[in-house]
Amino acid sequence: MSILVNKNTKLLVQGITGRDGSFHTKKMIDYGTQVVGGVSPGKGGQTVHGVPVFNTVSDAVKETGANTSVIFVPAPFAADAVLEAAEAGIDLVIAISEGVPTLDMVRITPYLKKKGTKLVGANCPGLISPGEAMIGILPGGIFMKGNIGLMSRSGTLTYEMVYQLTHSGLGQSTCVGIGGDPVAGLYYEELLQMFEEDPETEAIVLIGEIGGDAEERAAQYIKEHITKPVVGFIGGLTAPPGKRMGHAGAIISSGTGTGAEKIAAFEAVGVQVARQPSEIPELLKKLLKL
Amino acid sequence: MKIHEYQAKEILARYEIPVTNEILCYSVSEVQTAAQQLGFPCVVKAQVLTGGRGKAGGVKLVRNAEEATLAAEKILGMDIKGYTVEKVLVAQGVSFVSEIYAGLTIDRNTKSAVFMVSREGGVEIEEVAKDNPEAIFKFAVEPDLGMAPFFARKIAFALFDDLSLVRQATDLFQKLYKVFIDTDASLVEINPLVITSDNQLLALDGKMTFDDNALFRQPGILALNEPSEDEKKEIDAKDKGLSYIRLDGSIGCMVNGAGLAMATMDMIKLYGGEPANFLDIGGSSNPQKVIDAMNLIISDKNVKVVMINIFGGITRCDDVAKGLVAALEQIKIQIPIVIRLSGTNSKEGLEILKNANLPTVETMSEAAEKAISLSVDFLR
Repeated sequence: MSILVNKNTKLLVQGITGRDGSFHTKKMIDYGTQVVGGVSPGKGGQTVHGVPVFNTVSDAVKETGANTSVIFVPAPFAADAVLEAAEAGIDLVIAISEGVPTLDMVRITPYLKKKGTKLVGANCPGLISPGEAMIGILPGGIFMKGNIGLMSRSGTLTYEMVYQLTHSGLGQSTCVGIGGDPVAGLYYEELLQMFEEDPETEAIVLIGEIGGDAEERAAQYIKEHITKPVVGFIGGLTAPPGKRMGHAGAIISSGTGTGAEKIAAFEAVGVQVARQPSEIPELLKKLLKL
Repeated sequence: MKIHEYQAKEILARYEIPVTNEILCYSVSEVQTAAQQLGFPCVVKAQVLTGGRGKAGGVKLVRNAEEATLAAEKILGMDIKGYTVEKVLVAQGVSFVSEIYAGLTIDRNTKSAVFMVSREGGVEIEEVAKDNPEAIFKFAVEPDLGMAPFFARKIAFALFDDLSLVRQATDLFQKLYKVFIDTDASLVEINPLVITSDNQLLALDGKMTFDDNALFRQPGILALNEPSEDEKKEIDAKDKGLSYIRLDGSIGCMVNGAGLAMATMDMIKLYGGEPANFLDIGGSSNPQKVIDAMNLIISDKNVKVVMINIFGGITRCDDVAKGLVAALEQIKIQIPIVIRLSGTNSKEGLEILKNANLPTVETMSEAAEKAISLSVDFLR
């Protein structure tokens, strides 16, 4: 088991004929992900790396039975692409596109809710269930199948953590990049619940960063609903207020969303927080009595 | 992106939200003329792209021409949190009975706009938010409903009993929401929104910030952008595909990815050093980017050592290594460099660096420790 994606996932790539879409389609296929189709309006009938391309998501779903879609279209059109996938009955949409306007995300949220479509991202590296499927732009080679569930607002920081985990012999059940934007699809709470219910996941790593209060809310959720051990890390402890640290969501505004507040919130509910990435494997091993 | 108060109020006025009569001035003599024209008392307000100007002495009530001159002389050229005051707003004095707070922003949790109002508006609103949060009413706006008249009325009734004020507020709140949506704002705030002595709502101040991701479809807003010197550097970096923010320390950082870049800064601080910048070189590893990044870092004269932390995911370490070698051939650097390369194709990358006599370290923590000790040695 794992969460969200596995070897039965049938994936569509929206924006498959673009530079990034095409490049990462190849990587996903190489990893073993079942990429069943692509969508690129006006390019229906072509193939990319042997994958058939359709004009609309509806056509693609009808022909291929796809249940998951990954979005590589440019940011101004990304929200529309998510809606198209939801309308066509796709269950899970992963939006990689960076720079999507916040109000676009706000506008699409009610429709996704109505259709029951799950969204990961935007502005995220994707997700992976090692040995089963990789969706997005993650470097498959550093991951290893195992029992640690991981969620993160950042891409490269995830890689750093995973690299440390894998090198310490701690494999992963699923790793999810939730994205660095202020308004995103799945948040920590939903993923914590999925990991809690996943028999393969034994412990959870939560990698947060400054800005917003998602980590504080996650801490509260862990206290009330999560029985599995959780270890945290917060990026941006030294970031100055009012400066956007790369991610649109990573900004400390009017004194809230600081790293210190987030660490305090986690520690108050018994979640240990690593002060540097290399501490994560040790903390996990202690908690799992390995 | 931020704009000035006077610009925000121009936008509010365009949507027929009542704002104070006011005149923008760049010199003492302009202030004198404006004050005569508006009549006394009036208020001279520094226009800077930062908060806390009132507490810094950047806002003065003046009762006559002499006071206006003194205030203009004092405020123009004043430094507020690193921003020099180049223009002031002279606003007509208004007698009011009460100060309201009204603001719209995005709530990450409801994934919608949230309308916030309070009867305790004014400069202390942040303290109110902290010490007395129940004095601030919050209303999540459902995106498909928008600011329907009934909804605006509901918010107005939370604030007022007086029906004339309810009517005015209902109208004003709908307009404020329209401003927020039309301009892709991330914050629209009127604080204070006053009730004048003749029972009219009037915006005494206005603040707006905008979603950078949406500026591509907001040319009118983008045209208002006035970047500071540091921000110009950041924008210039952005054009080159780099995300750069200058800080005060002595250890220059070059990292791929925003999260790792933040963690690198934290690591330096954890080991007792001070980062000179946040710099995310992004996903691609084209040598020109590495050269641009290196130039940017060393343009900061406080930098005593450069720490490079790359985790190859999509970025391939051998590409970064090639870029570094090319960069260091092009620009002669007098200060030490600490390099940590890990991840995809790191073996090949490390080999390239070794052949170019560039020493590397294995982990982030080692890199931080070494960079700090080198920066200390350099100072000796």
